[in-house]
Amino acid sequence: MANYSTNEFKGGLKIMLDGEPCNILENEYVKPGKGQAFNRVKIRKLISGKVLEKTFRSGESVEGADVMDTELAYLYTDGEFYHFMNNDTFEQIAADEKAVGDNVKWLVENDVCTITLWNGSPITVTPPNFVELEITETDPGLKGDTAGTGGKPATLSTGAVVRVPLFVQTGEVIRVDTRSGEYVSRVQK
Amino acid sequence: MQQWQPTTSHQNRVARANLLRTIRAFFCQRDVLEVETPTLSQGTVTDEHLDAFATDFYYGSTGKPVSLFLQTSPEYAMKRLLCADSGAIYQISKAFRHEGEGRWHNPEFTMLEWYRPGFSHVELMAEVDALLIATLDTEPADKISYQQAFIDVLGLDPLTATNHALDDKMRCCGIDINAPETLSIDSKLQLLFGQAIEPIIGRERPCFVYGFPASQAALARINPEDKRIADRFEVYFQGAELANGFYELCAPDEQRRRFAQDNEKRRAAGLPTKPIDEYFLSALEAGLPDCAGVALGIDRLLMIKVGARHIQDVINFPVSRA
Repeated sequence: MANYSTNEFKGGLKIMLDGEPCNILENEYVKPGKGQAFNRVKIRKLISGKVLEKTFRSGESVEGADVMDTELAYLYTDGEFYHFMNNDTFEQIAADEKAVGDNVKWLVENDVCTITLWNGSPITVTPPNFVELEITETDPGLKGDTAGTGGKPATLSTGAVVRVPLFVQTGEVIRVDTRSGEYVSRVQK
Repeated sequence: MQQWQPTTSHQNRVARANLLRTIRAFFCQRDVLEVETPTLSQGTVTDEHLDAFATDFYYGSTGKPVSLFLQTSPEYAMKRLLCADSGAIYQISKAFRHEGEGRWHNPEFTMLEWYRPGFSHVELMAEVDALLIATLDTEPADKISYQQAFIDVLGLDPLTATNHALDDKMRCCGIDINAPETLSIDSKLQLLFGQAIEPIIGRERPCFVYGFPASQAALARINPEDKRIADRFEVYFQGAELANGFYELCAPDEQRRRFAQDNEKRRAAGLPTKPIDEYFLSALEAGLPDCAGVALGIDRLLMIKVGARHIQDVINFPVSRA
């Protein structure tokens, strides 16, 4: 993988730091009139998800990270691995539990997810922003309550638990925002 | 290809024209003479962390090619005018620095530089403040010494701090850099200043910081009462380092010594040494009147004036489109 000098730094560039692939979020060139030049960089570590700040001497070079995002459809899990497929080439890739992490609760068959590959192996799985899932269990709500004050917990088919309005019932399919984990609407079947 | 277009708005171009008019009126009223000096020079700055663009001149009277440097500021040539009894002078010119671009940086930029014979840096600070009031309509500026700023914000005396104390403080401030022990004390001070002090000074009104460590004197004289500091000041406002001024060093011997020291530092750092401007040193030998001078970045001043986030918003064609 190529090395990048600080002059090439910009948001979105993938570099290696402490043996972990990272994404540059922000890069600021700082140089006092008479002083040494530095790059102050905000970085997200792609495996741990940690965000940190790092200072580089201007002109320093760092190793690039072979990281790419690919759009793949979720197929199934065999209990150990989660299998995804490229809908154009039919090529399949298996992600382990670590790569899927908490997002396992948003995996819906045939939904297209963003899989981040590092050296060809999946390191993170990002579900679509919105998914549709069936409620498997929730307390029966009060009839006539449409205001949705407070709401109640509902368990979905994947095991995810979200707060829903009182009028939403077991067996219904709802739309959820995976970034916030919040209920959006009911889905007409 | 949309890259041919300017990165500025028409509104910002008008603001620049108005700003330049205000500045010229300010100096006209104060009887400071506008001058021009060459942007190409045979000598250049020796500072370890300042690099000039160089070019070759094939048509010199000696018949041999000569290296010419684009000025990093018009300082040496303007001081030669002062040595030739010009009296108070100012210049609005392009300055060039061979370094990176960023939110506050373009390698080619517009600089306002002026000199006041008979002024100390204290009197000049008052005049810079008056210019900021005239151009940005600011409240009168705050003033704090470099030492006091470090003590107030970081609880650290920059004039006596050891390398160890600076390393500790950098860690406390979250400055994560490889091999911090190889940085000079001045670079550590500058990193701390940029990370911890700059963000909190000069928010509401400009802030003058004066009395820089003698090791960062550049072309300022050393303070006669406290040899640890130089009579140098900088102006910070809304996150920008706006201006840098000196009670000017007049002694030719000391000036030559500082140039040689700079080149020594360059050699030690594995950087090429730079030719010393002998015209400038000869002028100092003829006698530079007691004076103070300051350089102010016009693009940054304009950024603040129009509320621009990036220097590209006020420079028609930044280096990436030059």
